[in-house]
Amino acid sequence: MAYLVSHPDEVKIISRRFGMGATDIDRYLELDGYKAVQKALQIGPEAIINEMKASNLRGRGGAGFPAGMKWSFVPKESAKPKYVLCNGDESEPGTCKDRLIFEHDPHAVIEGVMIAAIAINSHKGYIYIRGEYRYLLEIMQRAIADAYAKGFLGKNIFGSGYDLDIYWHGGAGAYEVGEESALMESLEGKRGVPRIKPPFPAVVGLWGGPTVINNAETLATVPHIMLMGGQKYAEIGTPRNGGTRLFCLSGHVAKPGVYELPMGYNLKQMIYEVGGGIANGNKLKAVVPGGSSVPVLKAGEIDVAMDFDAMMKAGTMLGSGGVVVLDDQTCIVKFALRTMQFYQHESCGWCIPCREGTDWLRKTLRRFHAGGGVAKDIDNMQYLAENMLGRTFCPLGDAAAMPTIGFITKFRNEFEDHLEGRPCPYEKAGAEHAVPVEAH
Amino acid sequence: MKFSDQLEARFADMLTHYPIKRSVLVPFLLYVQDELGCLTDEAIREIAGRLEITPLEVRNVISYYSMLRTKPAGKYNVQVCTNISCLLRGGEEILEHAKKKLGVAQNHGITPDGMFSVEEVECIGACSWAPAMQVNYDFHENLTPEKVDEIIEAYRDKASK
Repeated sequence: MAYLVSHPDEVKIISRRFGMGATDIDRYLELDGYKAVQKALQIGPEAIINEMKASNLRGRGGAGFPAGMKWSFVPKESAKPKYVLCNGDESEPGTCKDRLIFEHDPHAVIEGVMIAAIAINSHKGYIYIRGEYRYLLEIMQRAIADAYAKGFLGKNIFGSGYDLDIYWHGGAGAYEVGEESALMESLEGKRGVPRIKPPFPAVVGLWGGPTVINNAETLATVPHIMLMGGQKYAEIGTPRNGGTRLFCLSGHVAKPGVYELPMGYNLKQMIYEVGGGIANGNKLKAVVPGGSSVPVLKAGEIDVAMDFDAMMKAGTMLGSGGVVVLDDQTCIVKFALRTMQFYQHESCGWCIPCREGTDWLRKTLRRFHAGGGVAKDIDNMQYLAENMLGRTFCPLGDAAAMPTIGFITKFRNEFEDHLEGRPCPYEKAGAEHAVPVEAH
Repeated sequence: MKFSDQLEARFADMLTHYPIKRSVLVPFLLYVQDELGCLTDEAIREIAGRLEITPLEVRNVISYYSMLRTKPAGKYNVQVCTNISCLLRGGEEILEHAKKKLGVAQNHGITPDGMFSVEEVECIGACSWAPAMQVNYDFHENLTPEKVDEIIEAYRDKASK
């Protein structure tokens, strides 16, 4: 069970029903449940998409693409069935928000999928949940069954004449499946190797049909937008960055947890006020502000607004909402190594720059951290990472390269401190040096 | 080959929700693994036959997903996360402690009685409650070495009852 926290600066929209027993469908109905979908049926596709565009809701998976625009790309007429897919394959390191949504408010996800389906005139939706989240899949299975039992799903929903079916789908452990086209491959019973784009999923998606795919948090937000109005939702955030989002504070903060804050909330304030500052009286060294895939910020660079545009301007990304805080006792080289170990493990091996790049970087970082590095390695790692950028089949290669470049350019001194066989200055008792130095 | 009645019913139901049979493959493999402990040659042939694909295609899928396995794990598979958020809060120490406690030297190693296995895993989505691990599908969070001992003992007790 995940734990709930709260802070006075929070604006509770997505988390409004957390801890209120809303997994129970009757309780959900008491808390304004399934009102938004009825409104959506009344106003129709065009008005739904206009509300979504007005809301400035941008994709919460990490890329930040405007959701209303994504929906508007789906062709009105299609020979093949259209689909709505909820991406609940949450696996970006540092990110644990969708877990809370599925655990506390599964019907909001179902309702969001329903509204998206009505907006694009689709009659079938799937809610994909990662394999590790078995207890959440079970919550979702029950929630879907309850919605059918009430007649909210199936034939002629709410007496509208509209038919809509939703089904669950479980993963089995694969970060890359979080990429939208890889998720479709997985749902088709294949390895999660991404597809070439274009065509984009809005045109050719699941089983070749036009498909809208959104992150679970994005979809869980949709019913709230329908009820409060797109304009009002947009006003909560910053220009072009509507509303709130769930930020997952982790690492060396005094009060880690998932907090719902307005878009554009100051990062420094998030760490020192909401997160209670750095744990154990240590000092801040760095922040990875949007999940493991984004470039690191140094302690002096965190007086920035947490929205997609301001973070881009700061040379990093808002990403998935995972804010990982590193104190001054942390070895950046070791952190970079663990990050790369992850991408190397998760690379599907389909394209060479990613498969070979992540492996070389992991090996070099491992050797480097163990004291076997030479000065030229630092430039070589940077050169390698820079040459992966934009040259891989899917964004996983970029996700591995971007943080690496960040670590090297911003903390070059820490890499240099590991040279000439010097023991890692942060390692207790030199345990890491028992690791054999890998040959080239 | 026949699975349990419950799993057969699930399989029959799953098939009705997709336009092509093969789509049930990934979630169904995990359910079969839960029942059998691992994906045996016989199970792979059976599933391939039912979905009208080759056993090789099934194996290609199994090898891609990190939760799927063709060799057994312990009755209780202890999966410790050491990814970044857990790393910062002592995930590596938790992993070492679990290995030492259970006398398992290798990653994926199994205790001689087959009761426990230990595995280092990637991010399990417990970042704000790090360090964390899963025992089979159960999450255990905000871990300390002492808490790990208690958790392991609790599973041992559960197994002996």
